[in-house]
Amino acid sequence: MADLEDMKVIDPGVDDNIAKLTPERIEQTINRVLTKESAARLQVYLDTCVHCGLCAESCQSYISRDKDPDFAPVAKVKDTLWEMVKRKGKVDGEFLHNAARIAFLECGACRRCSMYCPFGIDISYMIMTVRRILNLLGVVPQYLQDTTNSHAATMNQMWVQQDDWIDTLMWQEEDAQAELAGTRIPLDKEGADIMYSVIGPEPKILAQLIANMAIIFKVAGADWTMPSGDGWDNSNMAMYSGDFETMGRVERLHWERAAKLRVKRVVMGECGHAYRGAVYDGPRWLGWTKPPIPMVHAVEYYYELLKSGRIKIAHKYEEPVTVQDPCNIVRGRGLHDKLRYVVNEICADFRDMEPRYEHNYCCQAGGGLINCGPPWKRSRMKSNRIKADQIHDTGAHLVITPCHNCHSGIEDIIGFYKLGCHVSFISELLVKTMEMPEA
Amino acid sequence: MVDFVSGPLVWIAFVGFFGGLLYRFATMYRLADRERVVLPTLSPRFGGRSLLHWVLPFAGTSSRMRPVFTVVSFAFHVCLVVTPLFLMGHAVLWRQAWGVRWWSLPEDVADVMTLIVIAGCLFFILRRLVRPEVRNVSYASDFILALLVMAPFATGYVAHQQWLPYQTMIVIHIVTGAIWLLAIPWTRLVHMLWFPFTRAYMGSEFGAVRHARDW
Repeated sequence: MADLEDMKVIDPGVDDNIAKLTPERIEQTINRVLTKESAARLQVYLDTCVHCGLCAESCQSYISRDKDPDFAPVAKVKDTLWEMVKRKGKVDGEFLHNAARIAFLECGACRRCSMYCPFGIDISYMIMTVRRILNLLGVVPQYLQDTTNSHAATMNQMWVQQDDWIDTLMWQEEDAQAELAGTRIPLDKEGADIMYSVIGPEPKILAQLIANMAIIFKVAGADWTMPSGDGWDNSNMAMYSGDFETMGRVERLHWERAAKLRVKRVVMGECGHAYRGAVYDGPRWLGWTKPPIPMVHAVEYYYELLKSGRIKIAHKYEEPVTVQDPCNIVRGRGLHDKLRYVVNEICADFRDMEPRYEHNYCCQAGGGLINCGPPWKRSRMKSNRIKADQIHDTGAHLVITPCHNCHSGIEDIIGFYKLGCHVSFISELLVKTMEMPEA
Repeated sequence: MVDFVSGPLVWIAFVGFFGGLLYRFATMYRLADRERVVLPTLSPRFGGRSLLHWVLPFAGTSSRMRPVFTVVSFAFHVCLVVTPLFLMGHAVLWRQAWGVRWWSLPEDVADVMTLIVIAGCLFFILRRLVRPEVRNVSYASDFILALLVMAPFATGYVAHQQWLPYQTMIVIHIVTGAIWLLAIPWTRLVHMLWFPFTRAYMGSEFGAVRHARDW
């Protein structure tokens, strides 16, 4: 039985909107998604699952909640999608509230369970189908819906206005120049080798990360550019709120911007879901098998620079560190070895987590979870006690998180479980430790 | 009665079984084609790589985590498929009906394999009752399916041992066997058909798209 306190969380985006629904609309919407918007995969997954429960042990929320059977991945599907199918869409408001709690808060779509299901059933795909249904019903946690609204209206996640964007880049260029003379942030340079794209929260709340990257590009001697107009944001919360139309618009614009600049490739900042949106979910929705221009994650790019000697480490970071494998670039791109190469180059005392690589536990912040905001934070923390144990066991003072959601999520976990360590992006360590040219 | 169950009913069972599987496959292929990205994603290399790691016991993390379940499940599935195909009693029927000669299992080996299937079913039923995470997602149909799979093996074994009237047991054996075969395409037993595809698809997504391993 799930914790009653978590089940009672009131979220206007969920509860106020449920109150406006009619039974007919609920039924029609569910049946439309089940019959018109999904086909072979959903059908086969529903048919094939033999209810064996082998996926249970894979999920951080199940483990963290003392093996509460309601938190097993299969139970999350049972309490949402199976019931919708069984009742042919005739479900009530209370059911939808619980379905929203499960689909938006208790599953980060990290896909770890697919590696424990003997059939390889994509359980997160089924949870995303539930999110899709809830989105079409207008039942989405308010904070998450706000980011989606921002995407739809401004084409970035954080309501950043055009003048703010350019102003922030100029401000960061100045800051970077204070660190390294001659550093530039070239805007709209057609034909550059690299377009650098970031997620909306960078200019909004973590602008110094853009300056860090400008310094790294300068030291590496890269030919790069950033777009001055829309399409600069590679993040995509619409992908997680179930608003796939907006997701498609965001991804298409990002790729169109890169195509217009005629760049050879897109390098992106340290973010996981943005990688997934740009390389995987976005292209799929648009009917492409792969992105039109190669996408390089920051971890891959740092690896390339360190391996080739284009940047060198002057003095390694001494404190003990560990690293969080972000689901979307490890389970989603196999970057774990490159990540460790980079960390070992920069840090003298690296301590790995157990389990790791593709088997690492999700931070319980990605997949749109942290974007559901403060009402759900306590519940989110309780669902990832195992992550706190994992970090504690390494004895590290610093957790390196090459993903924005991991960064915020691990920071929350460190605070909630009083672990007494800190989090850092790779770029923050890189600018502190690398060799800088003489000014 | 015996004439009917060992004649037309067997035909109905086989035609229904193969026809059902074919129908399910054909309709699903059309649906998969409609999803545009499904078929182009399937990769023989990465799909095969994943399948191999999941059909060999202890080749994957999940199967190493639960050694007892892995051994039971592997033994159960092998015996479930091999025993009916290569049972001496069945081989005789093949020969009588179509004149095909067929390799068959020694009798005592077949007996043990039958008992493994029965024990496997009992293990799965017990696990459903005992493990909270499995009980939570178990419906009546899950128990019925396990019993349905067990029925032809249990009745066949009892008939062979002649513990109960042979003729009656054989009739029940054939009837339950026919129901079992006919049920496969239309129940969760269809995982027999879909397993290679779901696994290969996930293996392809992990391998080809995401450059990662799924075992």
